[in-house]
Amino acid sequence: MTWSAVLGLGAAAYALKAVGPVVIGRRPVRPDLARVLELVAVPLLAALVLVQTFGGGGRLVLDARAPALCVAALLVWRRAPFLVVVLAAAGTAALLRAAAG
Amino acid sequence: MPATSIRRDAVAIGLATGAYAISYGVLAVAAGLSVAQTCAMSLLVFTGASQFAVVGVLGAGGGVPAALAPALLLAARNALYGLSLVDVLRGRLASRALQAQLIIDESTAMARAQGDIVTARRAFLATGVSVFVCWNLGTLAGAVLGGSLGDPRALGLDAMFPAAFLALLAPQLGRPAARTAAIYGGILALVLVPFTPVGVPILAAILGVVPATRALRRAAEPVA
Repeated sequence: MTWSAVLGLGAAAYALKAVGPVVIGRRPVRPDLARVLELVAVPLLAALVLVQTFGGGGRLVLDARAPALCVAALLVWRRAPFLVVVLAAAGTAALLRAAAG
Repeated sequence: MPATSIRRDAVAIGLATGAYAISYGVLAVAAGLSVAQTCAMSLLVFTGASQFAVVGVLGAGGGVPAALAPALLLAARNALYGLSLVDVLRGRLASRALQAQLIIDESTAMARAQGDIVTARRAFLATGVSVFVCWNLGTLAGAVLGGSLGDPRALGLDAMFPAAFLALLAPQLGRPAARTAAIYGGILALVLVPFTPVGVPILAAILGVVPATRALRRAAEPVA
C-alpha cells in the first residue's frame, strides 16, 4: 500500500461525503433513485462476507472461518453487540485451529 | 430524544466503534500497512467498511487497485447519506465542509432516528464527533499493538472480517429488495472466486442490485 493510494482514497471518500452538504446544498434526491442507490452497499457487503469466509488464494476453501461465521451469524441474530460478534468469530477460528494443531 | 440520552447513546456508539477500530488497526498492520498509513486511513477515509475492505483484499494477497475498487464502492453510500442529510447539515460552507467528514453509518442513523431537525443536528454532531475520536484512538492502539500479537491467522483475526461485514449487513436486510440484492450479489461473487483476480468478485457483486431493482418496481406497483 503506497501513500498515494492512502491519500487518494481519503480524497475520494471525502469527495463522496461532501456531494450532499457542500455541492448540492439543500436540494433533495428523487425518492425512487434514492431507494435504488441505498441498495448499492448491500450486495457488496454480502460478497465481502462470503468471499472472505470461503475464498483463499483464488480458490473456494472450507476452513475454520466457516464455523466462525456461523457463530457470528447466531450472535448477530441474537442482537449481540458488534464487538462481541467480532471477537467470538476470531475466538472460534483460533480455538479450532489450535485444536487442529 | 432528550439531550442527555443523545449524549449517552453517542458515547456508547463511539466506544463500540472504538473497540472495532482496534481490530482494524491490528488487521491493517498485519496486511502490510505502516502504523502511520493505518492511522492516516482512519483520519482521512473515516469509513469503517471501506477501510476493512482495503486491508481485507490486501491481506488476502490482492493488489492495490483490487483493494481500492470495492472500498470506493462501499464509500459511495456516504454520498447518499450526505444527500439525505442536506436539511440537517446547515451553517456556512466551511462548517458544512467540516461536518461532511462525519457522515458515516452511525451518525446518519442517529440523525434519522430523531423527530425534528434541531435534535437531528445535535444527534448527528454528537455521534459523529464521538465516533471520530474513538475510531482514531482505537486505530492507533490497534496498529501499535498489532505487531506484537504474532500470527494473525492463529488468533483468528481473518475470521473477524466476515463477522464484521455480516454485522454491518444484517440491519439492512429488513427490506425484501435488500435481501434479493444480498443473495444474488453474494452468490455471484462466490462463483467468480476461482476464475477472477482478488477483488473482482466483490466488484461484480454490485450486479445484485439489478434483480433487486425489479423487486423494488414490483413492490411499487399497486396491488390488484
